[in-house]
Formats: sequence, C-alpha cells, structure tokens
Amino acid sequence: MLSVIVFLPLAAAVALVAVPRLGDTPARWAWVAVSAVDLALVAVLWVRYDTPPAGGLDSSQQVPWIPGVNSSYHVGVDGLSLPLVAMTAVIFLACAVYALRERHRPRGQAALFLFLQSVSLGVFVAADLILFFVFFDLSIVGMFFVIAGWGHGNQAHSALKFFLYTFLGSLALLAGFIGLYVAADPHTFDMPQLVAATPLAGRPLAGGLVLAAILLGLAVKTPTVPFHTWLPPAHTDAPAVGSAVLAGVLLKMGTYGFVRIGMPMLPQAWRAWAWVIITVGVVSVIYGALVALAQSNLKRMVAYTSVNHMGYIVLAVGVAGLAANDTAQARTVAVSGAVTQMVSHGLITAALFLLAGVLRERAGTYDVHEYGGLAAAAPAFATLFAVGAFASLGLPAFSGFIAEFQIFTGSIAAAPATAVALLGILITAALFLRALQRVFTGEIRGKSVGFADLRAGERWSIGPLLLLSLLIGVLPRPLLDVIEPAAQTVIGLLGR
Amino acid sequence: MNALGQAALWSLVVVPAVAGALLALARRAERMAVPASLAVATVSVVLSVVAAAARPSVSVPFLAGARFGLTVDGLAAVVLPMLTVVTLLVLLAAAGEVHHSRARFHGLMLLFAAAVALTATAATLPTLLFAWEIMGAASYALIGFWWRDDDRVSAGLTAFLTTRGADLGLYVATGAALAGGAGLALVDLPATSAGWRHLVAAGIIVAALGKAAQLPVSFWLSRAMAGPSSVSALLHSAAMVAMGGYLLLRVQPLLAATSWAGPATMWVGAVTALLLGAVALAQHDLKQLLAASTSAQLGFVVLAAGAGAVTGGVAHLVAHAATKALLFLAAGAWLTALGTKQLAGLRGVVARWRLVGWSASVGALALAGIPPLSLWATKDVILTQALDQSPWLYAVGLAASALSAAYAGKVLVIIWRRVPANKQSDVDAHRNGEQKGSGRMSRLEQAPLVLLAVGAGYAGLLTLPPLGTTVAAAVGRPGEVHTSVLELAVSGAIALAVVVTVARRPVPQPRWALRWLGLENAAHVLVVRPTQRCAEALARFDDRVLDRTVTGLAGVLLRLAQQVGPFDDRVLDRAVELAATSTVHAAGRAGRVDDRWLDGAVEAFAAGMRRLGQLARRPQSGQLHQYYRQAVVVLVIGVVVLVVWG
Repeated sequence: MLSVIVFLPLAAAVALVAVPRLGDTPARWAWVAVSAVDLALVAVLWVRYDTPPAGGLDSSQQVPWIPGVNSSYHVGVDGLSLPLVAMTAVIFLACAVYALRERHRPRGQAALFLFLQSVSLGVFVAADLILFFVFFDLSIVGMFFVIAGWGHGNQAHSALKFFLYTFLGSLALLAGFIGLYVAADPHTFDMPQLVAATPLAGRPLAGGLVLAAILLGLAVKTPTVPFHTWLPPAHTDAPAVGSAVLAGVLLKMGTYGFVRIGMPMLPQAWRAWAWVIITVGVVSVIYGALVALAQSNLKRMVAYTSVNHMGYIVLAVGVAGLAANDTAQARTVAVSGAVTQMVSHGLITAALFLLAGVLRERAGTYDVHEYGGLAAAAPAFATLFAVGAFASLGLPAFSGFIAEFQIFTGSIAAAPATAVALLGILITAALFLRALQRVFTGEIRGKSVGFADLRAGERWSIGPLLLLSLLIGVLPRPLLDVIEPAAQTVIGLLGR
Repeated sequence: MNALGQAALWSLVVVPAVAGALLALARRAERMAVPASLAVATVSVVLSVVAAAARPSVSVPFLAGARFGLTVDGLAAVVLPMLTVVTLLVLLAAAGEVHHSRARFHGLMLLFAAAVALTATAATLPTLLFAWEIMGAASYALIGFWWRDDDRVSAGLTAFLTTRGADLGLYVATGAALAGGAGLALVDLPATSAGWRHLVAAGIIVAALGKAAQLPVSFWLSRAMAGPSSVSALLHSAAMVAMGGYLLLRVQPLLAATSWAGPATMWVGAVTALLLGAVALAQHDLKQLLAASTSAQLGFVVLAAGAGAVTGGVAHLVAHAATKALLFLAAGAWLTALGTKQLAGLRGVVARWRLVGWSASVGALALAGIPPLSLWATKDVILTQALDQSPWLYAVGLAASALSAAYAGKVLVIIWRRVPANKQSDVDAHRNGEQKGSGRMSRLEQAPLVLLAVGAGYAGLLTLPPLGTTVAAAVGRPGEVHTSVLELAVSGAIALAVVVTVARRPVPQPRWALRWLGLENAAHVLVVRPTQRCAEALARFDDRVLDRTVTGLAGVLLRLAQQVGPFDDRVLDRAVELAATSTVHAAGRAGRVDDRWLDGAVEAFAAGMRRLGQLARRPQSGQLHQYYRQAVVVLVIGVVVLVVWG
C-alpha cells in the first residue's frame, strides 16, 4: 500500500516520458489524475491508520536492499509522518491543477513533478537512513531542474546556488548518518533499530559531533538563520508551482528530520544542545520576520516569512529538549504544535506562492509598489490573498493558530524566556497587512489596471488549500489525534 | 431545558459565524444580504435570552489538556442579551449608511457578532484567545470597510496591530497557566501556583487594557473612527472595546489573588477615565469626542474590576453600551444626512430631526451622569466601592465623572442651541465637508435610536433594588450593591452643576489633549520607526553580509580550485608522469632481472624436479622380484621403527 503510494507517481512519470508523441493536454490531465489517485490512496491510508505502539510504524514494509551495511528498503508511517504524507499529496494535486494552463513544456513538467512527488513521499515514509538520504538528495536534484528549467529571471544562478548549498548540507547529513551507523552495535542504518539502540549514549563528544553534522544538514534544508540565503533567490526565480512545492514540501524535510532522526536517536546530545537549538529558533523567528518586513518583492517577502515560520518549529523542538519531568506535558504540546506547523505552513505558504505566481503571470512583477487598488479589478484574487495572509499571520480559525498557539504555550510553559518569539507573530501581522494594503486597497493604479481575476484552475487549486487550513483551524481534533501520541512518544524517547 | 440551553449556546456562535462567512465571501448576495443578516440577528436575540435563562455550559476536546469550552455564567447572562440586542439595532440602522457591498458588510458584522458571543462565554483561555483575535481581525476589516480610501485601511491596520500587540499577553498568560498546573479554565486561574499566577494576571491585564483602549494605547480608538459609524456603534461602544473591561470583570478573582493586580488595574482605569475625559472635552469632531469618552467610560469599568466592584462594573458596561451605541448611531445619521461630524457643523441640529435629536439628548444626559438616567446610578456604585479602597482613587473618579458631565454638556449645548440667523452660514459651511450628505433620514434609521434611548435611560435599574440585588446575586456577589444616598446626591448635584455651567460659559478646551496626548506619535517614534529601521538594516545585512559571505566562500573555493588547477598540472600531473616513467624503467629493469635471475631459478628448479622424477621412476621397473625386495625393506624399516619407539 505505502509503496504503491510512493512509486505510483514515479511510474506515471516514466510512462509520461516513455510514451512517444503524447499531446500536451493529455499529459497535463494525466498529472492531475495520477495526483488525485495518489491522494485518494493516502486518504485510504489515513482511514485505515492505527496508532502504532511507541517506536513502531504502521503499514510498514521491509525488504533487504544492501545487506552488507544492514540497510533495507524499510517504509512505514506514524503520527509524525502521516500528516506530512497527506499534506504532500494535497500540495502536489493543487500544483497539478494550477499548472493546467502551463504552456512551457507541460509534459516534461508533469513528469518532473511526478518524480518529485515520489521522492518527497519517499522521504517521509523512509525508515532507513540510506533510503531517507537517497530520497532527500533526489528531491534536491528534482527541484534543481524545476528551477533551472521552468524558472524566470536569474534562474540558472539561483538553481545552482540552491543545489550546491542544499547538496553540501546533505553531505553533512550523510556524515552524521555514517557516524550513527558506525556507533551502533550491530552496525545498521535502520531507523527503529537506531532509535531503540541510542548509539553514542554516554559519549558526549562524539554524540555532539554527530548531532552537529545532522543539525547542520537539516538547518540548511529547513532553513534556519544563518543558512537561509539560498531560499529567497530560489523562490524568487522559481515557477509558482516550484515555489509551492519547495516551501510546502521540501522545507519540511529539514524539520521532519529533527523529530524523526535528531531527537529520538541522539536524546542525550539533543538535551545538551537544547538551548543552542532554541536560540537558533528564536533568532530565525525574529530575524526572518524583520527581514520580510523590509521586502517590497512579494515573493521574497513570503520566502522570508518561511524562515520565520520554520523558526517556530525549531524553537519548539529545541524546547522539547529541556529536560525536566514536570514540564513533560508542556513539551509534548510544543512538539505537537511543531508537527502541526509543518502541515499548516505547507498548506498556507503553498497557497500564498501560487497566488504570488498569479501576479507575475498577469503583470510580470512581484513588486508591491507597482500595484494598488487591485481588489477592484480582481476581487476573488483579493479575497483569497486576504484569507491566505490572515491564515499565515496565525489568525484563529486557521491551522496556523492551532500550530503556533501550541508552540507558544508549550514553549513559554517550559521556558518563559522564549516568550520573546511572540514578537514574530506581531511583525508578520504588520508585514502581511501592509502588503495587503499596498497591493489591493486604495485607488486602482499601476499594473492593477486591466488585471484579470482568478481563473477556474487557479481558484480550484488555491481555494482548497486554504479551505483545508480553515478546517484544521476549526476542527483540529482529527489531525491532533494522529499527532499527539507521536509527540508523546518523541518526548518519552528524549527523556532517555 | 438544559439541552435546549446548550443548543442555544452553540447556535449563538455557530449560526452568525456560518452566515457571516457565507455572506462575506458570497459574490452575488447583495439583495438577500440585509434580510438574511437581520433574520440571523433576530434569532440571535432569542437564542441569547434562552441561553441567559438556562445558563448552560458546553465543551468539546480541542488541544491537549485544554477543551474548547463555553459557559454562560452570571456575567455572561447579563451581557449576552445586551450584545445581541445592540447588534440587531445597529444592523437595522446601518441601512442608511452602507449602500454598497452590503453582503460583505453584514457578513463581517455577523462574523464579529459570533466572535463577541464566543468571547463573552469563553470558559477556557484557548477559547478566549480564539475569539479574541477573530474579533480583532473583524474589526480590522470593518474599520477599513471602505478600502478605496487608503487612510481608512491604515486606521484598521493601526487598530489591529495595537490590539494584537496587547493580545500577546494572552499567549503568555496561557503558557503560564499551562505551567501553573491548575488548568486553562478561567475559573481555575486563581488556583495557579504562586509564581506563575503573576504572569497569568499580567498577561490578561495587558490584553484586556489593549482591547479596552486604556492608557497608554488608547490612540488606536481615535484612528478607528475612520470606519463607518455603525461599526463604531457596535465595536467601539457595546462589543469589542467593552470586552476588554468585561474580561477584567470576569477574572476579578484572579486579580484579587495577587497583591498588585487589583490596585494596578484600578489606577490605570482611573487615570484613563480622567485623562481621556479631558481629551474628549478638547475634541472638535463628534466621533472623536465619543471615542475618547468610550475610553474614559471603560476606565470606570476597569477601575471597578480592580476595586472588586463587579456588579457595578457590569451594570456600567451595559448602560454605557446602550448610551454610546445610541450616540454613535446619531453621529452616523447626521454624518450621512449632513456630510459632517464636526461639532461646529452640528449646531442646532435637534430642530431638524427631532426624533434623533431627542434620543441623542437622552444619551448625552445619561453620559453626563444626570439623575435619574443610567450612568448616574452605575457610576456611583463603582465610586462608592472606590472610596473603600482609597480616597485618592475616589477623588480621581469624581473628577473624571465631572469631566464626562462637561463633554456631554458640550454636545448637548451644541445640538440644542439655536443658531442666530447671521451665523447660519458658518454652520452651513461645514456641510458636505467630509462626504456628500444625503439630506434625508429614513424612519428605519431612527427607530433603533429610540429603543437605545430607552436602554440608556433605564439601564441604571440594574444597580438599584430590586433588580440590582438579582444582578448582584447572578454575578456571584450577593449584597455587593450598596450605594449611599449621599453619594448619589453628591454626584448628581455635581453633574447638574457642571452641565449648567457649560451651558452658560464657554467650555475650556485643553489644547494638549486635542491630539490624544500625542500617544500615537510616541508609538511611531518609539516603536514603529525603530522597528522599520531595524528591519531595513537587517535586510541589508542579509543581502550584503550574509549572502555575500556565502557567495564569497564559494568564490574562495573557486579560486582555490583555480590555483589547484596549475598545481594539478605542474606538480601532481608531473609527479604522476614521473612516477609512470620511473615505473616503466623499473619494469624494464625488473624484466631483465626476471629473465636473468628469476626465470633462471625457475628453470633450474624445473630441471631439478625432472631429475628427481627420473630417480623416482627407477624403482618402477615392472619386475615383480624388485617390488618384493622393496616391500621387505619397507617392512624391516617399519619393524625397526616400532621396536625402537614402541
């Protein structure tokens, strides 16, 4: 089941490339159909999901792969990965619908995105470090071609920067993985075994070094300050669907690594370095928000708010490492908020990037000063952007609030000093509402004149993302029922 | 009854929320918007009465360790019907003011009403924060309702950011409550462990003061006047601003459980009542005057919460809601008809539209604290209890109530005093000064004002026996209402005297208070601009330092590679070639060695072996006697060996 979900898009991608003389329209619709089927399969997976016992995985499957180094094709889901798998399937379907009007090599784009969907799903279901790493690196390769092949502006440079930076990060990650392999007895790359064995326990220096390598690799991908400078150019020059996937799915691979690998496998080192992680998180929150405030390019602004939003996650996972048993409940809330934030940020930011893509597609620029009074020309666009902006600034009734509220209450309860990160949500409110005002209100002027409102494909791709965010915001229980047991497990594993 | 009550409580929130969201997002609902919204508002009134009578509690699981809970306690039972009734009346009256985008207007107002109902009944901190922030966002959208005017949207932005800044206090309070171990229910907060209790109290106070437009952030309310008057009539009198005071009344046990929170709260309230009273007196614009007065009157409610006068506080809240909604609606009606809200343009306006004029006069008299109207009685309950706390507090409160008599008297004088014929042109000059006046006023717009005037007149009964004792019992403070007759007489006399004086002499207009004490400028200079500078500096740092460092590092690597290139050619490559040639040489020599020595040795070995082979072949002659001889020799040797070692 899980393998079908992961490899169905890849098979479709191969078919799309292999079938000769396939028209553009069938290729576009094939992409939509395959993504929809994959989403339906994920829905079935969700319905049949049973919370596995602590440390276990549901729907797991294991086949020997490289027996020489004890690495196997091992996949499975739990409360940390299932929400991300579902979010990934949703975002890729939204991108497929949005790209129905793509004129530039649609068949190649469809195949590339299907490939990206497979490797992204693969990262989240992998239960073996080598498998994880292979999917992780393939996602970088896929995104490189998306930016270089379908981007605009200075895309070749941005794509190369993205590739080199994140690839270098992944090498640090690999070094960390090898460290774990070498330290484990018997040597293995299997994640559940490594979690159970906690290699490097009682060896603070080696444990710290391995954790540092892993954290460095994940921090580049997440990204956190100061490793984020690849993100703004990559987003600015990527196509709308590329940005949506990059921000919505690929960034989560970094934060997912924290809860999947860093915390449960190196609990002692994590606890020792908790304050460093918290500091990086808080700095990312404030720094990302402030730099975003100073942007006039809408897409760069949204890109920097991603640094800010990822900062909340880093803060929460850092707080989780503050060892004191009487705060276990608070830290569980924080971790649960972190996982919720991954899902929430994926949905909301993907929607915002798709909306930003509309600006460029119609008027050729992201500069907010070029617009004004756009709500008169494009009311549906204005409404969706306003909803997206409020969702992103953490307004209650949207998923962002559920996530950030948990992160803040959990963090403040465990470490009151982290309340300083609250300023982040104030600054994001300011920057989103200011951008909203510049672009959409006032007298109609500049590039707003003659701006065509959203088309059906755009509405039906962006609308459902925001609707889902609203659903999670109003009825969070179905999602939290999946996440909370996993968060408890992580906190339990961290306490060892 | 209880099931009915619970259903009513859920519906009170869900029905307006869903209807509001649909209306706000619907694209072709202009025609049905008004009837639909009025129907929902009417249903809400019924639901609120049912809920107030049944006093139900409901909850569902929400987040780990915190439920999404709603409860109608005594305070909510008093406030909920007031909220729904004012909402209905304001929506009725809005017909004259809002002509375009009615669906969006009514949708947002209903969303706001749902958020307010949730705020008033929230039983836990997450529920409260949920509703609290939606209220703020709806207020942003409503203040900036006419979005083609940039300054109105900016005003919404100022209001939203200021109140959200204060809302952060609620996040801190929730975190502290979670750590404090007593749970996140509002009624459990006083039991929070000692250290955390202070943080919970401080967070809630900050959030409440921000929403209630108290000092030092009252300036946002001044900007909020850019919105439609009907918005001000609901948000800036009865609902949103009032919820700030209401929250403090609800958590009064928590304030009492710390040593500092009560006094701090009551002094902030008292000082706001005094200073914003002066600000109101200084204004030339009717809506600005009313807004400053709202801050000042909410100051009395905040004072009440700090001093523990919960019954008086809630009665004042309800009475003020009716009074101020009435006055804002009157200001809006005049603005729509005459195109101005400048006091100078409203001289003698009562003569033109009598119903509105008379209703507004009742409101202004109530605001002035003239007996026997509502605010006279409610304010005195609060002041009596303030006197128990401190005579200074009482003195400040009394001065503040004299100021409210002064600014209300100023309004009364302006709208009533007949304009001499030779001065009429000065008044008319203000007409259409702010917008194009319609010159008309419909019956539908005027009817709600009459109803509100009845409320403004009689709401004081909430503090007088017999109704007062019922209210006091309902809010859990039986026997709290005690107003001395002396107090009532003194304050009534002061109010009358001030109004009479204002009618006879020109009112002092303190210039220092005209711009709301310069607080907005201060916020710009101290907070907004430094933040923007910091943001720009960081953005430059990001581009010029951080990004360039990375690019620079990549450049260094490239240069290193370029230098490694020649090194590669000159040194490594040569070394490899040298190694190759020397290997070939060595191989050649080895070949010769091989031929001469190794091969020779091998061949010599082979020849030796051949000879051995020939030797070995000799015994195998094929002759039987030779084999026997050999066998005998071997046997003898074997026997010898056995004998020797055996």
